[in-house]
Amino acid sequence: MVIECKHVWAHISGYLDQTLPPEVLEQVQKHLEHCEICSAILDSTRNILILTADERVFELPLGFSERLHARLEEEIKGLEPDGIG
Amino acid sequence: MATELRDESRMIASILAGETQLFHELIRPYERRVYAMALSFLRNDADAEDVAQEAFLKAFRNLASFRGDAKFGTWLVSITLNEARSRIRRRDAVKMESLDEPDEEGKTSPALLRDWKEIPSEALERKEVRSLLHKAITSLPLIYREVFQLRDIEQLSVQEAAQALGITVSSVKVRLHRARMMLQKNLAPQLKQVAPKRRWWAWS
Repeated sequence: MVIECKHVWAHISGYLDQTLPPEVLEQVQKHLEHCEICSAILDSTRNILILTADERVFELPLGFSERLHARLEEEIKGLEPDGIG
Repeated sequence: MATELRDESRMIASILAGETQLFHELIRPYERRVYAMALSFLRNDADAEDVAQEAFLKAFRNLASFRGDAKFGTWLVSITLNEARSRIRRRDAVKMESLDEPDEEGKTSPALLRDWKEIPSEALERKEVRSLLHKAITSLPLIYREVFQLRDIEQLSVQEAAQALGITVSSVKVRLHRARMMLQKNLAPQLKQVAPKRRWWAWS
């Protein structure tokens, strides 16, 4: 069965997560082989996921760790972990 | 990963037995994750730092109630999520950001591109590229942003994300798909321009 582009778009996430049922996967793969636009959409989505997962996107602010551990230290000194109800 | 090699349940047992200083070590690998989550929800550095600190404090105070059936990291994620959500509710009490499903009508179709060239991850060395990605993620509606954050940034499984968010597995899948498509539509055309076609600067 031949499927249209918009049906392929609906399966892009499933394709990337490798959760498509075998028969759908086959249809999508066949479509991708000859559809330049859908291939570009798939590649761009995949690339975006790779980039957004890069830890440089959300960097810790300067001094974050020091401030956090200082605050924790105050807490730790004052309390035992199960001391609060 | 380093976190896999650590025996976290043993660390937690030791902390609960009184070696409280170990808590610093326990959370070190999660600092960036918790901060990133908070920032993606709150869209503001100061609020994000505050919520991240609160989440770690809460984790310490409630460590005794941590049950080993989830990973410590996943447990931290749900604490952060609750902190961030309640902060959003308080902060945006006037200007409410809806936690409900946005209108289904606006289905997103992807940006139609040809000759998409892979963006090298070195592009992330450039501040403008990082802020482009950052802005795109934080501008997703909350219900998509949280799913995207948990699945594609924190790499939680579909089940873990569903559990943390209190939604069904199929809602996670549907929302994740929409989030990805929205990002593709928003980012692909912009990133395409970011990728240099020719390395002509190499001549200089």
